[in-house]
Amino acid sequence: MPYISNTDAERREMLGRIGVSSFEELIASIPEKLRLKQPLALDEPLSELEITRLINERVSGNFCAQSANSFLGAGVYDHFIPAAVDTIVSRPEFFTAYTPYQAEVSQGTLQFIYEYQTMICELTGMEIANASMYDGASAIAEAILMAARKNKLLKAILPATLHPEYVKVISIYTEGIGVELLTCPAKDGVLDIAALRGMMDESVGSVVVQTPNFYGNIEPVQALDGIVHSNPKCLLIAAVDPISLAILTPPAVYGADIAVGEGQALGNSMYMGGPLFGFFATKLDMARMMPGRIVGGTLDKEGKRAYALTLQAREQHIRRAKATSNICSNQSLCTLAATVYLSLMGRECLVEAATQSAQKAHYLASELAKVPGCGLAYPSAPFFKEFVLKTKLPAERIISEMLDQSIYPGVDLQRFGHQNELLIAVTEKKTKARIDEFVAAMRELNHE
Amino acid sequence: MSKTIFEYSVKGRRGVTLPAREIDTPLESLIPAENLRQKKARLPEVSELDVMRHYIALSHKNHFIEKGLYPLGSCTMKYNPKLHESLIRHSGFNNLHPYQPEGTLQGSLEILYELQSALAEISGMSQVTLQPVAGAQGEFTGIKIVAAYHKAKGNQHKTRIIIPDSAHGTNPATCSLVGYEVVELKSDARGRCDIQHLKSLVDDRTAGFMLTNPNTLGLFEDQIEEIASIIHAVDGLIYMDGANLNAIMGIVQPGKIGFDVMHFNLHKTFTTPHGGGGPGSGPVGVVEKLVPYLPVPLVAKGGDGYFLDYAHAASSIGKVHSFYGNFAVNLRAYVYIKMLGPQGIRRVSENAVINANYLKALLKDYYHIQYPEHCMHEFVADGQWQKKEFGISTLDIAKRLLDKGFHAPTIYFPLIVPEALMVEPTETESKESLDSFADAMIGIARECRENPELLHEAPLTTPVRRVDDVRAVKVLDPLFPLPD
Repeated sequence: MPYISNTDAERREMLGRIGVSSFEELIASIPEKLRLKQPLALDEPLSELEITRLINERVSGNFCAQSANSFLGAGVYDHFIPAAVDTIVSRPEFFTAYTPYQAEVSQGTLQFIYEYQTMICELTGMEIANASMYDGASAIAEAILMAARKNKLLKAILPATLHPEYVKVISIYTEGIGVELLTCPAKDGVLDIAALRGMMDESVGSVVVQTPNFYGNIEPVQALDGIVHSNPKCLLIAAVDPISLAILTPPAVYGADIAVGEGQALGNSMYMGGPLFGFFATKLDMARMMPGRIVGGTLDKEGKRAYALTLQAREQHIRRAKATSNICSNQSLCTLAATVYLSLMGRECLVEAATQSAQKAHYLASELAKVPGCGLAYPSAPFFKEFVLKTKLPAERIISEMLDQSIYPGVDLQRFGHQNELLIAVTEKKTKARIDEFVAAMRELNHE
Repeated sequence: MSKTIFEYSVKGRRGVTLPAREIDTPLESLIPAENLRQKKARLPEVSELDVMRHYIALSHKNHFIEKGLYPLGSCTMKYNPKLHESLIRHSGFNNLHPYQPEGTLQGSLEILYELQSALAEISGMSQVTLQPVAGAQGEFTGIKIVAAYHKAKGNQHKTRIIIPDSAHGTNPATCSLVGYEVVELKSDARGRCDIQHLKSLVDDRTAGFMLTNPNTLGLFEDQIEEIASIIHAVDGLIYMDGANLNAIMGIVQPGKIGFDVMHFNLHKTFTTPHGGGGPGSGPVGVVEKLVPYLPVPLVAKGGDGYFLDYAHAASSIGKVHSFYGNFAVNLRAYVYIKMLGPQGIRRVSENAVINANYLKALLKDYYHIQYPEHCMHEFVADGQWQKKEFGISTLDIAKRLLDKGFHAPTIYFPLIVPEALMVEPTETESKESLDSFADAMIGIARECRENPELLHEAPLTTPVRRVDDVRAVKVLDPLFPLPD
């Protein structure tokens, strides 16, 4: 099914109108010897019925988090999504529109982005947000690049508590312009404030903090303003969980200059880790240095309220080699989901989701800590909805044993160099019964 | 004027409810007071019906592919089959977590593996990564691979990338981001790379050459073999911007005609919806010698099934995405390729080319066309006559088209054509829809003569009248002022 309207007769008629006798004549500019001599080696085409059957067959090779009792997080979270989110997001009017280059026929997209920007500013306390980045990792990378553009300082400090996969993305993004990345060590699961103080000098252009951090712990953010801004040019970049911002101090309050983060948890399904979306917010005086698209309110020629893409002179289609970033496509539809999600959850329900996530996570942590052979890896660190469990048994074995009971007990931190540790996440979706099931399974495993 | 969602807010109104608390420990006993937010975020308090009405009302202010032709040159707005949407929403896909044990992800990994292989075949490349999540991120990945290749070979002196003046703006921006100096190549009188100029630019410092083929004028770069020999002679690599792949699928394999690395825009060529600006997906294909530099992980097949392969991590450029790219976008492309098969893929390209040339034939007596030869899937007309004779700008023409129910073509790009109108009808449009678009364009050409004032005033029938872009910059208004 090639989804083409024209029939062979119409094709002939059109070729006639063009003034050629065959399709080959139309592509005469492609030298004969460069052309494929045989059809592509691909499978024969399937009908709608057949591909549906094939996809169902493939799906049966998966075992999804909905069927399992999953405690996986580490950057992608299974928060509740109201049904109306998908209804809006699936509307072709949003779904199959392009980037709003013609503002007069794109007011729907432009206005929801404006609302999204407002919500992100409200959650983070910042003054301007862009229309989104690819993911949380690239958003942090772009924040470091923006800091370097502003203060011309090519040294950035990353915490050892930052998501290890983010570090890889950040290093590839910042290498080209010569940013030197330093790592601030961790102590008891949060960054070592004394070490950070020791690393600060006038050559440091930005300091990144992720809170809650990769291990789920809430960083000592109150101390950062004084330390980071001991160099007045240095910018504090806070990478935050947007759900946590319903109950945790917003980055602007503790002195962050740029707030970024992974937005997937706001109304977007997990999809094995993509699409994700990154949010990016900062202060007004850096508006012209920001990467990505921004929507601004304006007027039409009759003086009516309207919206348009703004500050486009920063962007790649105008500034080309001198643009603030090469980002072109962003993750607009994911931000629509976030906007609708935040509207539905509203002021109270987002607080409720965050509160229940924290309460259930703390309950699980305290129950697991009572299981013989288990203990919290960072008992002194405050956490939000995720924590690290230290286990006597290898994490790999716990994971494979629990698979038989359809439990995903957490992420094995072995892949990031930590022996016998599980990173465990809980959202408001978990019931007490499901949590207790996990605790019971852990107890049984450790009693063998 | 429509309200923002914030203006519907009524204290105490709710859009959803959550289950009652089963565990109700006070937050203050769990999290230190200094970390707790003092003042609630001022999100709206609205009902589900408020939300539905508001966003449905907004949706009515958009142009979208099911409403009418969207001939944005180089953006490739083709129809997105609805089957994709029902298939990707399966709970067996949308609830998958990236850190599940690989044994529980076999179905998805098999899909990614097959998609990697299919894209490799379509492009004639050796191996493909599905990790980049947008065309521009694909470019970034590809140019990082070029840099990694030169670094491994000790080619530290290679500091420049050559890019034609007709290129997409992302190309030079990408090269700067990777740390390369950008050198601009002129186009010749035929709208192709000026070979003499290219020869004068190429030297030992040349790390690579970035070329869109067909180029942004809609013309096939027919000297690609000579270009490849010039670049390869100094150990440079040739990058193909795959934004226009939908013109040559099944006809030419870039990896077999001199290109070393390329990206795909799955959201253009393979009918995944644009979503008002994304998400997209920008897989990258490379020839054999560049495979070691691809991002990790690739998806591989072994005795126990499919797995995420980190084997070449030591030579890899690393990662460009937190996890494995935009699975949900990749899945749509997979379904599309499976439904097309080899004949269908070629037929897509043929019809894209026929539709573009047909439309060009209908318009050529009414709009100036700087490069009149047969085009590939798109062509660049321009409003130079209209500008000179009647003082009508291309912007006026674009805005008037909106009144007639069409989206405007890409305007003022490529930069080398004054008053450019870059038209890409795509293969999914029928002859009738092309005829009616041509009628609208011809009608506007007539209006330029008969009623130029109307064109300056346009659009007249859209949800808002002509939007003041300058004001949006001067009086920066990036967020709605929330009441306390």
